[in-house]
Amino acid sequence: MEGEADGLVQVSEDSGRPRRVHGMLKLYYGINKEGKAAEQAESLDPCDINGAHFDPELFLNKLRRECSLAELMDQETCMVKQIRSLDSDMQTLVYENYNKFISATDTIRKMKNDFKKMEDEMDCLSANMSAITEFSARISGTLQDQHAQITKLSGVHTLLRKLQFLFELPARLNKCLELQAYAQAVRSHRRARCVLQQYSHLPSFKGIQDDCHAIMDKLAQELRQKFRDGGSSAKDLSECVELLLQLDEPAEELCDKFLSHAQSRLESDLQGLEAEIRPYPFASAVKDASAPRLSSAAAAGSPTDNSPKMSTVPSPTSNTDILEFIDRGCNEFVSSLCLVIASYQELFINHAQTGELASKNIPQMANGKLQAFVGDLAARYFSLVERRIQEEKGVGDNSLLVRALDRFHRRLQAVAKLLPGSPVPNQGTEIVIRAATERVKQYLSALQSFYMDSLTDVRQALATPRLSVVSASGGGGGALLGGPASSRDASNSLPELLSSLSASILNQIKSVLASVHLFTAKDIAFSNKPYFKGEFCSQGVRESLVVSFIKFVCQSSRQFCESAGDKGGSTPPALLLLLSRLCLDYETSTISYILTLTDEQFLVQHHSPVTPVTTLCTEAREAAQKLLNHYVKVQGLIISQMLRKSVETRDWVNTIEPRNVRAVMKRVVEDTTSIDVQVGLLYEEGVRKAHSSDSSKRTFSVYSSSRQQARYAASYTPSAPMDTNLLSNIHKLFSERIDIFSSVEFNKVSVITGIIKISLKTFLECVRLRTFGRYGLQQIQVDCHYLQMYLWRFVSDENLVHFLLDEIVGSSAHRCLDPAPMEQSVIEVICERG
Amino acid sequence: MEDDAPVIYGLEFQARALTAQAAETDAIRFLVGTQSLKFDNQIHIIDFDDENNIINKNVLLHQAGEIWHIGASPADKAVLTTCYNKTSDSRVVSCAAVWRMPSDWETGSHESPDDSAHNPQTLELLCHLDDGAHINTACVLWEPMGDGKRVISLADNHALLWDLQESSTQATVSNTATLEGKGQLKFTSGKWSPHHNCSQLATANDTAIRGWDLRTMSQIYCIENAHGQLVRDLDFNPNRQYYLASCGDDCKVKFWDVRNVQEPVKTLEEHSHWVWSVRYNHSHDQLVLTASSDSRLILSNMVSISSEPFGHLVDDEELSEGEENHHEDKGKEPLKDSVVSTYEEHEDSVYAAEWSSADPWLFASLSYDGRLVINRVPRALKYRILL
Repeated sequence: MEGEADGLVQVSEDSGRPRRVHGMLKLYYGINKEGKAAEQAESLDPCDINGAHFDPELFLNKLRRECSLAELMDQETCMVKQIRSLDSDMQTLVYENYNKFISATDTIRKMKNDFKKMEDEMDCLSANMSAITEFSARISGTLQDQHAQITKLSGVHTLLRKLQFLFELPARLNKCLELQAYAQAVRSHRRARCVLQQYSHLPSFKGIQDDCHAIMDKLAQELRQKFRDGGSSAKDLSECVELLLQLDEPAEELCDKFLSHAQSRLESDLQGLEAEIRPYPFASAVKDASAPRLSSAAAAGSPTDNSPKMSTVPSPTSNTDILEFIDRGCNEFVSSLCLVIASYQELFINHAQTGELASKNIPQMANGKLQAFVGDLAARYFSLVERRIQEEKGVGDNSLLVRALDRFHRRLQAVAKLLPGSPVPNQGTEIVIRAATERVKQYLSALQSFYMDSLTDVRQALATPRLSVVSASGGGGGALLGGPASSRDASNSLPELLSSLSASILNQIKSVLASVHLFTAKDIAFSNKPYFKGEFCSQGVRESLVVSFIKFVCQSSRQFCESAGDKGGSTPPALLLLLSRLCLDYETSTISYILTLTDEQFLVQHHSPVTPVTTLCTEAREAAQKLLNHYVKVQGLIISQMLRKSVETRDWVNTIEPRNVRAVMKRVVEDTTSIDVQVGLLYEEGVRKAHSSDSSKRTFSVYSSSRQQARYAASYTPSAPMDTNLLSNIHKLFSERIDIFSSVEFNKVSVITGIIKISLKTFLECVRLRTFGRYGLQQIQVDCHYLQMYLWRFVSDENLVHFLLDEIVGSSAHRCLDPAPMEQSVIEVICERG
Repeated sequence: MEDDAPVIYGLEFQARALTAQAAETDAIRFLVGTQSLKFDNQIHIIDFDDENNIINKNVLLHQAGEIWHIGASPADKAVLTTCYNKTSDSRVVSCAAVWRMPSDWETGSHESPDDSAHNPQTLELLCHLDDGAHINTACVLWEPMGDGKRVISLADNHALLWDLQESSTQATVSNTATLEGKGQLKFTSGKWSPHHNCSQLATANDTAIRGWDLRTMSQIYCIENAHGQLVRDLDFNPNRQYYLASCGDDCKVKFWDVRNVQEPVKTLEEHSHWVWSVRYNHSHDQLVLTASSDSRLILSNMVSISSEPFGHLVDDEELSEGEENHHEDKGKEPLKDSVVSTYEEHEDSVYAAEWSSADPWLFASLSYDGRLVINRVPRALKYRILL
């Protein structure tokens, strides 16, 4: 009801309505729902009583059609109510308007009255003013003459004063000169100069001018003298220069003089700096001598000590450390340089720009000179700083160097601010960059030497216990490998050695990374430079430090395979094994760990292509493979040599009937066992072809009774020499070709298989070069049986051992003058007894 | 270009000794000596008919003992030397002798080509290379390209220079060189250099290679530790006088410049077991043949250290002849050092390989089980070298 009443009220207020409607809609929908469409529809509806197109006839018809009587009655009451309220509103408005109209009429009447009075007073005023004007004109007329006279007199007075000044000028100047009030003298002279110049055709003025000139020359002389004296302070100096400039001294000359003077002072600073690093060669010699000792000390240090080793060996020559040196350089040289630049600019550039000197291109000239001057000195300063930085060879506390570089770099920013276009700050940044890259290089070499030292330690650790045990056990019967017991002792520590080696290397890498990380620390000003954000991290740290080191590890490992020579002498096999495992560990985890660590620490964004982890892993794997292959080769060789010697040095034709397994075979089995233990410490077991529990028995019987006998039988029958070949060829057709020195897999079984393959093949080839008697053959039978008994368990495929031993016995049967094989049972008895 | 299949010939006995008949330049002919302790040993004369891919063989008996080394005279087709083991009183002695093939061995075989065992003829002994003092001859070397009058035998630690007189029926030692040193030194192999007027000899003992001047019989160079283990064989580059190839038990083949013996010029590591023989091709010294106890034969192309490192030098005439060919050549990449081919026809250790003296593109290899395989250089490579 009330809403509709509102709507009716608004019929009369066209302007307010849309806003109201709008407001209502807004209220309805929440906030800013566009109400235009609704409004439009509404206004077009002829039945809308509030709409513009309202048609009473239509509305009435509609009402009559649609509404019941009661509704019509209600409608009517409502409408009457609304009409009444509209009426009363209208009456109020009319009344208010009427009141306002009455008060306005009153005001107008009052104004009319007041204006009349004012008009009269104005008339009076204008009459008075005209009278005053008349009087004034009369007075000025009478005072005219006197005024002219006074003006003239005052003019003369001024002139006289000027003349007096001029006449007194020489004396005054002299006095100033005496009092050394140069500034006043110059000011006075400047005031007089133009006048004197203008009236110089008059003899009296000419005299004065000459006097003045003479005095001023003298003054200029004195100023110059003062300027030349080095002792005066910068402020005095600048005052001098200012005065001289005002005396029309040639600015260029002054610039030169100013700069040369400044240079002498700056040079003394530089000499002071140079004095600190002068005895350079001596210093470096001493440092070099001390460096290895340091690193070895670091290597010997416990691996948990991953704080950067303090290498602040007080270098005997430059007692100042680099921070002090840079501090001194900054405080003395750089700050005086800044002072010189500032005062120079004040004098010759800023000052000149405002004065008349600006027209003579002096600022440009002066600026050019300044740039050259600063560039020259800065270059010398930089070379000194670089020399000093190069002396920082110890790779210990990096923070000192970084702080020094930071200070160095920060202070150069002052120069940059003073001299916007100067290349000096950039050169400074370059020095910092060079120092940083140099530092990275040093760290790399330190890491490398650390690694090599660690290896030496490992070598010693491998050698020491073994030696002691060997000597204790009385030589242990052989120098090649050491007794099996002793080598077992040594190998017990292999996993520990490996873990301590890799841990210490990792720690060292971490500490180096931490040291290098200082270069990019947030509080270091130059870490904001794009180089330190990008290239330094990716190329510098990641590539030249971390990646290079990993590559170095792989490289040096490979060198062990090559340089060790084929004698296998210099590198102990255990070290090869250990390194191989190390490289393998690198491949599986360490490399990616280190690189992730680096990338995280340095937030490397790789703009340029970097070595991917996979490449390094491949390299590490190759190195590991090569090392392991070499290990197999070396160990195989050691056993081969024993076998070869044993075959070559014996007279097989005239040997006695075998009663025992030869000692060398036992030795071979023992060594193989100890190698097995050694490899087992670092490598997993690996897969071998399944065999039944009594496999040694089974293969054994097959091996010697059925087939071998058949072969022997064939070779003894003179009628069928071809059969032997045929049989062995058929056998070979079905067995795979055996690669003797082939790559091995990263497991124990494969490694041992490789070693046994090499040994037995050597045995075979040696046997083929000899001729055997009956007992020679039998001895070989016994030996092979013994080997068969013990070696099958080590290899991945026992058939392999089987096949090779078969070949050996077969070949020796061939090479036998009187082939009469031993009874299998006898062989077994002999072997079991042995 | 399909390469011809290898031709395989099987001997009844095990064999180590193989040589090409050096004086024969028309027929492709190899001599093989067998090793048998129980039967009469034989020398098989293998003729290869290149056009029909057929092997003709003739057998001569060598009753003296099992043959460890065989050498053919460069001057007389019928003359050869062997080193053989003789067993007497349960002692095994290595001897060397010069032999002559019976003159009618060829006709004899043609009568009954399918029956090799039919009355094989016996070699005619010319003389023993035995001065009574030195035994255990490891090998006998003919003077390369000589008149068949001089041989060197390597016995234990002595190198004996023999003069063969009166059509080789008499041999006298004209000079000896002795290897002095600790322990029992023993020459394992040697090669007579075809350069310097045949005045140089290279020998191998243990891991060392030594060069000797035959005029003074003194050592001129020594490559200590040439190989990690025993050196098995040597060969001189036929065209570059200072270049020498060696092979040994470290599975490597090394190439040396004897003027600088600190480092090998090149090392090949292709075999997976001991390398027993290395041979330069007589005409194209980039082709190197190696035989190994891994049952493989490898043909390598060592262009970079050959006498034709930039390929075949084209003559002016050939240039004008085939201007276009020349342009094509430029487009070709220069050949790089590489393994040309690996031959796996053998089932047992290959102890010897030899190039044919008649056909530079053909070679034979012999494995212990008595299998002789004749192979050719792949045609593609042949044409690249020739054109």
